[in-house]
Amino acid sequence: MVRRLLRDFRWGILPIPGRTLAVVFFLSLFILPLITDSKYALVLITMAALYTIFAVSWDLLSGYTGQLNFGHALFFGAGAYGAALLYQYLGWPPAATIPLGALIATGIGVVTCLPALRLRPPYLSLLTLAFPIIVEQIVRSLPKDIAGGNYGIRGIPPLANSPIDSYYICLVVMTISVLIMWKLTDAGSKNIRTGLIFHAIREDEIAARASGIDTIRYKVLAFAIGGFFAGLAGALCAHFRTLASPAYFSIFTSFNAIIWAVFGGIASIYGSVVGVYTLYVLMDYLRLTPLYEYRTLITTVIIILILLFMPEGIAVWIRDKIERECPRCKVSNAAWRHECRACGAPLR
Amino acid sequence: MIERIIVLTLVRGSTYAILASGLALIYGVGRIINLAHTAFLMVGAYGIWFFAVSQGWGLPESVAVTVVGTGLLGVLVYRFLLDRVREHEAAVLLITIALAMATQELVRIVFGSLPRNIPFLISGTTEILGIPIFNQYLVTLGIATLVIILIWLVLSKTRLGIAIRATANDAEVANLLGVSIPRTLMITVGIGTALAAVAGILLAPLEGGLTCYMWISPLMMVLVVIVLGGLGSLKGSFIAAFFVGLVEAIVVTVVPTQGYLSQAFAMLAMVIVLAVRPQGMFGTLFEEEKL
Repeated sequence: MVRRLLRDFRWGILPIPGRTLAVVFFLSLFILPLITDSKYALVLITMAALYTIFAVSWDLLSGYTGQLNFGHALFFGAGAYGAALLYQYLGWPPAATIPLGALIATGIGVVTCLPALRLRPPYLSLLTLAFPIIVEQIVRSLPKDIAGGNYGIRGIPPLANSPIDSYYICLVVMTISVLIMWKLTDAGSKNIRTGLIFHAIREDEIAARASGIDTIRYKVLAFAIGGFFAGLAGALCAHFRTLASPAYFSIFTSFNAIIWAVFGGIASIYGSVVGVYTLYVLMDYLRLTPLYEYRTLITTVIIILILLFMPEGIAVWIRDKIERECPRCKVSNAAWRHECRACGAPLR
Repeated sequence: MIERIIVLTLVRGSTYAILASGLALIYGVGRIINLAHTAFLMVGAYGIWFFAVSQGWGLPESVAVTVVGTGLLGVLVYRFLLDRVREHEAAVLLITIALAMATQELVRIVFGSLPRNIPFLISGTTEILGIPIFNQYLVTLGIATLVIILIWLVLSKTRLGIAIRATANDAEVANLLGVSIPRTLMITVGIGTALAAVAGILLAPLEGGLTCYMWISPLMMVLVVIVLGGLGSLKGSFIAAFFVGLVEAIVVTVVPTQGYLSQAFAMLAMVIVLAVRPQGMFGTLFEEEKL
């Protein structure tokens, strides 16, 4: 077991710079609380972990299957409100409300995708845009004692007693969620077919259908998985901030997921992780600097520039710079090698 | 109450019609859903405030400068931003959102976050069938009708209009027949953004205060309009615009304290229509695009 892990590490991770960077990044996240004990940094990185789950789930749903969902905030808010209402009415602890909140979001994902299945892409985007706005306005206009009204539901029990505990809970959940979603979308996998099928649906749905794939079933599956993880992020967020606010449903929450995922690189899972940990952290950090007033402007200008010069996303762009695919055997190599590490073919 | 609803429907509906026609033109020709469309509306509204109220220019020259300036801005945005990422659907959507938010921030920094009040550009009231109506409303209606007739004339009578319709119908064939697609698209974007500025000028005095967030609510409404009417269908957009205007007028009149619910109701109407007719009320579904 240990030997196999070591072998994987030696041959599967070290020779590929992108994977090495990913491992270093996650390890550094795990030792971050040892380096700093500033509460601000911990809270910031915890929120980034939650938003990572959220953005990656958008990427899985929309990047991979091409069903551009403009209302991903619906699932985030459903998870948060599901958890908050379960606490408010039944008084259950976070350990029960968070998974149930995620399941509620899954159910809502399945229900909302039913009218969406017949629609062409632009209609689908605009239809999904409508759902969270409808829900947000209903929540805001309901009386305060039913679902919190304009101010949201306050006083939800926190995730853990100390920020460090919360940090580790969110980090572990995030790592596991991202690994699961990465595996589910891995087109090269021999055991799980979903990755390949999602790619096929995005590239040409009719051809996928002609090849005998029940595309409807897989689209529902994509909505269910996307809804589950977005709901998980929302439920964790509600407990972490002890607040379920109608703003979770807002159009900006949806747009943020899209911005992070496309900024990092759409349909690539790791791109969304990079997107959140650069863009979100940068934007939040700018709040502390004298540039406070201009932080949204700075972020939007960065987004526009990145899209103009690397429309594939920043993470994909960097990966293409440091990795090169062997033309003969399709194995990834570090860009500075002259011949392929597997078959010895010269690399350009 | 009924007459109030009718007047509000006509006024709201006609501004939405102008706004939606620009968006529908741009979508039809370039297959671009321009989420920054109402940001140009905001530019138009602040433009008229800046020139007519703050600088004290006369009305005609302020309107001319604002409309032409916004149109040119749209052309520049298309030429230097949208045109380069047009192949990537997600990138187009994102870049237009980013653009809208950048405009919002620029407006906030330049003009401040306090609401700017803009008086009715035309004062007085007229009585029609015993109902007093603000002249501003009548002018809004008149200009909207004029603009709609103008769009229809341009599209059906001029060479440019034929090129626009041909490109919207089938860009490849239009290209083969000698229509310059990039040029047509650039002109269409210019016209579309200028129309957004016109809508902004008409909407500005009715909003009761300009803020840098004023682009969000019209964006939602106009997206509902073009989806209800069928993407790219001008006739559908016009009819849907008045339908959405009616929904908004009823909600605003019946529950004035919760006027923001009009968005929810308009969107609910959109969901129902799309559930019954996936291509919108007047949209066409091409055989090869059917699922």
